[in-house]
Amino acid sequence: MNRSTIDLWVGVFVAAGFGGLLFLALKVGNLASFSTADTYQVNARFANIGGLKERGPVKSAGVVVGRVAGIRFDSESYEAVVYMNVDSKYQFPRDTTAKILTSGILGEQYVGLEAGGDGVMLKSGDRLRLTQSAVVLENLISQFLFSKASESKADKEPAKEGGK
Amino acid sequence: MAADKLAQALRARLEALGGTVTSYVVRLGFASRFLGYLVMHSGTALRRFRLTVAEVYFAGVLSLVIILVSGLFVGMVLALQGYETLQRFGASESLGVLVALSLVRELGPVVAGLLFASRAGSAITAEIGLMKATEQLSAMEMMAVDPIARVVAPRFWGGVISMPLLAALFSAMGIFGGYLVGVQLIGVDAGAFWSQMQAAVDWNKDILNGVLKSVVFGIAVTWIAVFEGYDAPPTAEGVSRATTRTVVTSSLAILALDFILTALMFTGGNGS
Repeated sequence: MNRSTIDLWVGVFVAAGFGGLLFLALKVGNLASFSTADTYQVNARFANIGGLKERGPVKSAGVVVGRVAGIRFDSESYEAVVYMNVDSKYQFPRDTTAKILTSGILGEQYVGLEAGGDGVMLKSGDRLRLTQSAVVLENLISQFLFSKASESKADKEPAKEGGK
Repeated sequence: MAADKLAQALRARLEALGGTVTSYVVRLGFASRFLGYLVMHSGTALRRFRLTVAEVYFAGVLSLVIILVSGLFVGMVLALQGYETLQRFGASESLGVLVALSLVRELGPVVAGLLFASRAGSAITAEIGLMKATEQLSAMEMMAVDPIARVVAPRFWGGVISMPLLAALFSAMGIFGGYLVGVQLIGVDAGAFWSQMQAAVDWNKDILNGVLKSVVFGIAVTWIAVFEGYDAPPTAEGVSRATTRTVVTSSLAILALDFILTALMFTGGNGS
């Protein structure tokens, strides 16, 4: 095996290796989206963020428009502060609502933005005033049970009166 | 008298045990000194880069076939098995996530590392060991050529360069295999397969950590391989034992290092 043949094959190998890495980066990973794009940061306060994670998606109308940049606990108001990097391509009015939603039944949680009607657009560092917390399954079940219990109580009371 | 004999036998056992442990520690110390010397004297391997390129050919290019074929089959099996479980929960669209994450984070670096250890590591050990047994290394020393700089260092760097590239190719090939079985054969939606994968796989957290793992494995495997070869007793039996030890030790090293690296990389923070 002479030198130039070895060089050729090593060249092919190294190119293929980097090609594989490029494939992983662009086709498998999400390097292409949002890593170089211009973003502006807004924050929102939630009473409960459920299972929201850093780097989770921020969606509007189901389209990913940004990523969760950070989550902090405010020990004065006992609320969670969620920082979001939103792509500068997408501008939202100042009275946009932020909700914590779940994709599918067992899916990950994301921040859903619902545009309001204000003419002034959000700037970097603004806070979204209108928020809706994550739905906690236990709270939902207990609410349902309490309402059921009070319903059946209301049903029984007239029956008792009739019995008298 | 009997107690005396027992104590003596016990003492001999303990001494043997201590000797074994000490000899392992001494070997570890020698191996570390060897690595230090090797890195310090890598000038030749980097200046005359052709030497290293030739070793990339032997360690990397000649391992391509086994790496690519194994990657393809591992990916295809992952897709088949993953689909079986995921469709029970109605989550068969997440097949891409399962295949990509398991390959990029774990199986790519680890299986490629194990294959690399048995394919290239054993060859390196056998070559250096035989060079030593046939006194080629001593002959070089006689000619004032440092065999570590001339023979060992190019093989070391060739292996360290090849391993991450092989692991990346293994992962890419595995994901392609998963795509073939998941999308073409079973019929999972191609859009969901790729988009869910892209949403879940992170460049820094998953792919770069996988590459880092493969770099660490590459260093560990080639270090063990060149050391075992250099340290092999210069007999046929000695070389054969050293080759076996290379495969066993580097496989165990890969698995142990993988546990440590995974514990460092993927816990503590928030999961995916």
